Amino acid sequence: MSLTLPETELHNPQSARPPLDPHLKALENEAIHIFREVAGEFEKPVMLYSVGKDSAVLLHLARKAFYPGRVPFPLLHVNTGWKFAEMIAFRDEIVKRYDLDLIEHINPRGAAENVTPFTHGSALYTDIMKTEALRQALDAGGFDAAFGGARRDEEASRAKERIYSFRTPDHRWDPRNQRPELWNVYNGMIRKGESVRAFPLSNWTEVDIWRYIQAEEIPIVPLYFAAERPVVERDGMMILAEDPRLELQPGEAKRQERIRFRTLGCFPLTGAIRSSATTLTDIIAELETATVSERQGRAIDRDQSGSMEKKKREGYF
Amino acid sequence: MTVSASTGSHSTGTQATGNPANLQSGPRTTAETKVSSGNVTAFTGSEARAPRDSRPLRLITCGSVDDGKSTLIGRLLWDTKAVKEDQAATLARDSSGKQNDLGLPDFALLLDGLQAEREQGITIDVAYRYFATENRSFIVADTPGHEQYTRNMATGASTADLAILLVDARVGLLEQTRRHATIATLMGIRQFVLAVNKIDLTGYDRARFDAISHDFRELALSLGVRQVTAIPVSALKGENVVYDGSASMPWYDGPTLVEVLELATVRSGQTTGFRLPVQRVSRPGESFRGYQGTVAGGSVKPGDSVVILPSGMVANVTKIVTFDLVRNAAVAGDAITLVLDRQVDVSRGDMIVAIDSQPQTGVAFDAQIVALQPDGIQPNKRYWLKSGSRRQRVSVEPVSQLDLKSGKWGPSDALSMNAIGKVHLAFDEQAMFDAYEQNRTTGAFILIDPDTNNTVAGGMITGKRSSLGGIHTEETRVLLSLPADLADRILASDLVAGRRDELEVRRISAARAQDLLDSLDG
Repeated sequence: MSLTLPETELHNPQSARPPLDPHLKALENEAIHIFREVAGEFEKPVMLYSVGKDSAVLLHLARKAFYPGRVPFPLLHVNTGWKFAEMIAFRDEIVKRYDLDLIEHINPRGAAENVTPFTHGSALYTDIMKTEALRQALDAGGFDAAFGGARRDEEASRAKERIYSFRTPDHRWDPRNQRPELWNVYNGMIRKGESVRAFPLSNWTEVDIWRYIQAEEIPIVPLYFAAERPVVERDGMMILAEDPRLELQPGEAKRQERIRFRTLGCFPLTGAIRSSATTLTDIIAELETATVSERQGRAIDRDQSGSMEKKKREGYF
Repeated sequence: MTVSASTGSHSTGTQATGNPANLQSGPRTTAETKVSSGNVTAFTGSEARAPRDSRPLRLITCGSVDDGKSTLIGRLLWDTKAVKEDQAATLARDSSGKQNDLGLPDFALLLDGLQAEREQGITIDVAYRYFATENRSFIVADTPGHEQYTRNMATGASTADLAILLVDARVGLLEQTRRHATIATLMGIRQFVLAVNKIDLTGYDRARFDAISHDFRELALSLGVRQVTAIPVSALKGENVVYDGSASMPWYDGPTLVEVLELATVRSGQTTGFRLPVQRVSRPGESFRGYQGTVAGGSVKPGDSVVILPSGMVANVTKIVTFDLVRNAAVAGDAITLVLDRQVDVSRGDMIVAIDSQPQTGVAFDAQIVALQPDGIQPNKRYWLKSGSRRQRVSVEPVSQLDLKSGKWGPSDALSMNAIGKVHLAFDEQAMFDAYEQNRTTGAFILIDPDTNNTVAGGMITGKRSSLGGIHTEETRVLLSLPADLADRILASDLVAGRRDELEVRRISAARAQDLLDSLDG
């Protein structure tokens, strides 16, 4: 199949949109620059694709960076088997629509040892099904660079991470010994076995992500929009009660709530928020007045103080 | 737009975990809110915040813990609502008993993200903070004020448009203020804000503020920086940071810190012609060939004639392709794909430039560098140099070093960590640069140690170095050996003064000159 586009199609029909404001344009330009630099410099890049809103933006930017060519690397989805069903359906639709190469990896230990968020606790579960699984997938693919959608505004330890974040052959991050990063000149020199995690969205904030999704009409998982959904209250979080594997504990009861999710991960570990935001405009308006951060709904960040840094040192994204 | 300071009126947000399910629970109320347009309910309708009409401003804060730097940044984040309640709750939990008398949490904990730092109570690296007002968003490079400050400051300053220099009103300018201002200037920053902090502890002494501002203006002028704003500030009380402090300082009628930041210019500063460092060649099929990169200077439009460096081949631009549309022009900062009218050999690391305004090309350049690693910069060691998308071998010969204490340059043949030095760069193959003064992208580079792969220096090109004897250039050069007094008279002439930068002058003994000339003949 020829990948060449006819001359007339170089003019993308989507261009009816008004131009981006200078703020988002600057962030977009920076991200595209990073994508191209990594693709130009590394042998075998891969893009971590978690199906969430940041991944949606990341993917959109990758498509822009390499247009009119295809995205020149595969997407890697580290699945746990406990993602929201709607995420998986959405993922498969996107992969088809944009003609992408997707690698899905689930840690075989999950099935073999029956590792679940209910039986192993969120910390151990995350370590095995996400951190260890990611290492397995990166090793198996022999990838020397992996794009991720992490933003520096998300969490304190991320604020100091470089755009090119160097990893040892066993995927460790040494926050005290990072390479200095000046201007937009990135050092991509590594030895065999070493790798770099590259973060094109480093300088984006949560509001930027949403405003960009709106401006560029980027498709996202419907769970981000408010709707009546069945929930159950557990550990101070409202979790979605749709999956038959979720067993109600004594004292717990399903109820319908008008909710949405600010971040998406594994459904048993992701808290919903009460919301009536059914459009992107609503979501942005809600964010402008939000008094809590997005990661507040994530159980894994709260396991212990400094927990994200610890996970990152061990190879978590 | 007068808003009085709202000291201590924030809740610390510890109740946030009580009702985690409701995003809009317990809105943080302040007596007078300015940042969120004064009315929180204004956003609950369908009207989202207006699009930002400018690029994010990048800034660096310089000062030490003693000057209240963490408090100032914390205050900026807090008063612009960049800190959310759950983060504040974590903060309150971690800083139990460490709250100050205004009931604010320990901001340093918020900023010092890494566990190692919290344990040792020191900031060890560069961190980036984000906050926004109605009008603009900001990226703050937060760097430590003490250990390894040169290395970290240079890193933070490399991308900054503006520097906030922080001093304690009771103490005034310190030696470190000069150091910070010098490094910021060297890295190309031309806008300074002097925050005279802890002004409350001087009893809001106007004379004190005026004296410090005066001293600082002199210092800035000596470095060639004219854009200076001095502001009396109490970061702790939140006066003149985001909210104005006129209640305490009726004598000050200037802007708040945030107002200055909102109006600051983002560095355009790229005074060169069109520059496109090629990152990638895109060949999705036989009929399409495009050169992908980010415009690093000037602008381009279809029909423009360009030169590909280093090959020197000439072509015309036929199309500027982006995902959204085929554009009729692109300017500095735009990530584009350029299509040319003929088959030319272009690869990653090449630069496509305006035919009538080209960078300097050659194999020898002069530069200033900042040494970033414990091993320093070894004389004549061969490093990798990366500039834009181009990487090539270079040998580095240090010639002098800046004494940050006095601001004077002295001879030096090796540079240790944190040293700032002037160096000669000698390349194996053609290199192309603009002077950093003219272009902060095509004049900037990093040095990579081939043994460790680590980034060991950041550098700024000052100019092309004309090689003695015409070894590396086609121009004819003449070596003269003259008595010193005659040389001085010739050098003082108008003819020479006009072309001074083309001359290489060395003062050596008569015997050494004879040896050199003999060796040439041999």
